[in-house]
Amino acid sequence: MQIEENKNEEFKPCIVAFCCNWCSYAGADLAGSSRLTYPADVKIIRVPCSCRVNPLFILRAFQRGADGVIICGCHPGDCHYTTGNYYARRRMTLLFGMLDYLGIERERTRVEWVSAAEGAKFAATMSDFIDTVTKLGRNRKLRDLRCKE
Amino acid sequence: MNNEQLRDEIIRISGTNPSKCMKCGKCSGTCPAYEEMEYHPHQFVSMVQKGDIEPLLESKSIFKCLTCFACVERCPRSVEPGKLVEAVRLMLIRQKGANHFDAEDLPCLVDDDLPQQAVVSAFRKYSK
Amino acid sequence: MQRIGVFVCWCGSNIAATVDVKAVAEAAKGQPGVVFATDYQYMCSESGQTILKDAIKEYGLTGVVICSCSPRMHEATFRKAAESAGLNPYMVEIANIREQCSWIHKDMEVATEKAIILAKAAIAKVQLNKPLVAGESEVVKRALVIGGGIAGIQTALDIAEAGYKVDIVEKQPTIGGKMAQLDKTFPTLDCAACILTPKMVDVAAHENVTIYSYSEVVDVKGFVGNFTVQIKKKPRYINENLCTGCGACTEKCPMKKQPNEFNMGFDKRGAIYIPFAQAVPKLPVIDADACLMLKNGKCGLCSKICEAHAIDYTQKEEIIEERYGAIVVATGFNQIKPTQFEEYAYNTCPDVVTSLEYERLMNAAGPTKGHLQRPSDGQRPKTIVFIQCVGSRGDSCREKSYCSKICCMYTAKHAMLTKDHYPDTDIHVFYIDIRTPGKNFDEFYRRAVEQYGVDYIKGMVGKVYEENGKVMVQGSDLIDNKQITIAADMVVLASAVEPDPSARSLGTMLTASMDTNDFFTEAHAKLRPVESPTAGVFLSGMCQGPKDIPETVSQAGAAAVKVIGLLAKDKLKNNPCVAACNQSVCNGCSQCANVCPYGAITYVEKEIRTPEVREVRRVAEVNEAVCQGCGACTVTCPSSAMDLKGFTNRQIMAEVDAICR
Repeated sequence: MQIEENKNEEFKPCIVAFCCNWCSYAGADLAGSSRLTYPADVKIIRVPCSCRVNPLFILRAFQRGADGVIICGCHPGDCHYTTGNYYARRRMTLLFGMLDYLGIERERTRVEWVSAAEGAKFAATMSDFIDTVTKLGRNRKLRDLRCKE
Repeated sequence: MNNEQLRDEIIRISGTNPSKCMKCGKCSGTCPAYEEMEYHPHQFVSMVQKGDIEPLLESKSIFKCLTCFACVERCPRSVEPGKLVEAVRLMLIRQKGANHFDAEDLPCLVDDDLPQQAVVSAFRKYSK
Repeated sequence: MQRIGVFVCWCGSNIAATVDVKAVAEAAKGQPGVVFATDYQYMCSESGQTILKDAIKEYGLTGVVICSCSPRMHEATFRKAAESAGLNPYMVEIANIREQCSWIHKDMEVATEKAIILAKAAIAKVQLNKPLVAGESEVVKRALVIGGGIAGIQTALDIAEAGYKVDIVEKQPTIGGKMAQLDKTFPTLDCAACILTPKMVDVAAHENVTIYSYSEVVDVKGFVGNFTVQIKKKPRYINENLCTGCGACTEKCPMKKQPNEFNMGFDKRGAIYIPFAQAVPKLPVIDADACLMLKNGKCGLCSKICEAHAIDYTQKEEIIEERYGAIVVATGFNQIKPTQFEEYAYNTCPDVVTSLEYERLMNAAGPTKGHLQRPSDGQRPKTIVFIQCVGSRGDSCREKSYCSKICCMYTAKHAMLTKDHYPDTDIHVFYIDIRTPGKNFDEFYRRAVEQYGVDYIKGMVGKVYEENGKVMVQGSDLIDNKQITIAADMVVLASAVEPDPSARSLGTMLTASMDTNDFFTEAHAKLRPVESPTAGVFLSGMCQGPKDIPETVSQAGAAAVKVIGLLAKDKLKNNPCVAACNQSVCNGCSQCANVCPYGAITYVEKEIRTPEVREVRRVAEVNEAVCQGCGACTVTCPSSAMDLKGFTNRQIMAEVDAICR
């Protein structure tokens, strides 16, 4: 009975994934065409390159109630725009450090390199990330109280 | 243990992956103890892959291997047959209570070219 | 407020089986701005597109959201359809509810809920879309081919024949490449020189072709249709206009002890030399490291002999700058020297040679005039062992992971040619697998076994060593389950091929991607095999992966066709999703230019008029033809003056909001 109850109230995190158009978005498509399942809690936003991801987008996501944010780009050295993912890596290192300081656990944010051929890696990465965030529970930091609920 | 369990145990002990083998036979081409062995290095790989471990455990081949690691060095696919031979040998030794060395066989093994100490230590290691 | 239409595709059962498409359309109707929502079995079909076009006209739609497969699949299709109905194509957004929803989820409720959220995000984005117009840039009607082997020659000839100017840049003193070194070619056994040298002459004589031999590409700037390339012409110390190619200078040079690269070092050449008799251009070149005159100013014999006064010791390297519309990479390959495999004794035993070296030893124009002699003592080898897959198909750090593809065939060729010359030769071939997928290829190999009696041994060689003047080869025979030792006179190693070492730096210059083996990657492995992912860069021959001559020539032709197709256009449409600077807030700090990988951002002094200020200041300006739209500058800009059209800050934030709400 109690198990039933817990199941009903199962926590479903809200996760935003930024995927670069050339590698990771294609990797996500490949995961789909290979029918590799991962939970539906993650929603993908397509950006031309991981370096297009403004730290503000991530702050905004947490403000609006996201429980985790993941950024996926081409492998280092493989960026379609040569150097974009290096910028993304540096920016996110700084941002995640600051978020940690603000009380948003490091595990809620992640940068991953997924190539267009790595459908299986994409699915595995998403499953793992969702799993990690689910264990952490709902994010209550940075919430913009004007926005909702 | 059934064949699959035996195979998995050999793979676990050796830390190698026999399914990477492309059956080129370079291991057997390089083996200095080839003529002495009943099962040759390339056969070791394919037998482990098939789970055919029992005949290997019973064969003298595992003690004919010099552990020179020439096959390990030259294997183009990093299958490293020498480590598989070593793993089978270890599995046999770990079967506690088994006697692989009879004291009566000892005299005929003594050889001018072989240090006596080697025979003695082999006797200690492999007998009950 | 936009007037948005939402179209939900069933994709047959691909989407409809797991997503309740009606519910998605219904949910979309409630969204702000949505005036029309429907679902249909196949939106990409002709009738699906008609529904889209009709709805645009009937409801006066200003924005369209298609919930369907990945935008990588059909974005272009729907944009085209919208454009034909009078809507700006960049007012179309795709919600990917197939690859990223219906195909990965099994539960209908979950999948439908996610599909609705994805649709809402796309609707939120399209609310902020603005019509974009693609700019145009001119196409320079000239092509560059890098590499002058058979791939480069064929590509250049085909482009030149179509009426466009082509330049070939070759780093060696002559064009011809590896094929010029070969003896005969499989599977028909016609001589390589007989079929290659006429092509070399043709390409040199063609009015549309310019050959920069002994030259290298040192810098590439620009983009498809308009590359600016710097070519470094290394000094030959020969005045090309005066030299008649008589070769008198090469005979008199006193420094005759230089290893001859063309003959794989089996004979010697002078410090001034012509690589081979049929070289194109037929000009000598002075090896600056060997020439006495260039090293210490003493000698000058060649200059005294030259009746044309063509020797010029003062020649300096020269940089030529030229503009091109398209670039073809044809940098070819090298055969590795198997020095890291001590078991094959290549380093220690002179009678162990690579197959390219064997090729020269067999060649009638080679160092032995076609008489097969073993390098150690000049005797004719009676027993020859060929070893295949040396350094190929491996998994350890010593080997290449790929199959070099050509070795099975040329080894069969070597065996047959040797038997043709000397029928009493014993030939053994150690092989792992024989791979002969090509027209008349397997028949060729079978001929070697059945008619010529070549002994093919399934197994690999473990050890090669010298004993009593013989080369002992110890290997396994897997069919007989035996270890065998063959006393051979000569051993030929079919060692792996690798991309030419110059490819790596060239790939960086071209921003063309390469795989882990330094082969150039194609834009699509199956459907775009001769194009690099970098627009305007095409691939020809071995630089893309191991190939034989027939394949190389067909790929060369295919690359030429792609180049001709590009050069035939007068203007190219650019990607309109590029960065744009809001100059009224730009403070000219230069940070965006620092991160731009294309050099697309420049600074201008401009009068800025806003309600608050009126001043002349330095502001950023984006060259829309050069910008590729990565967005690095948008994030770097401290004053948020930079934004990326089609992916603006507000659009992405709207998507974030829609997903999180």
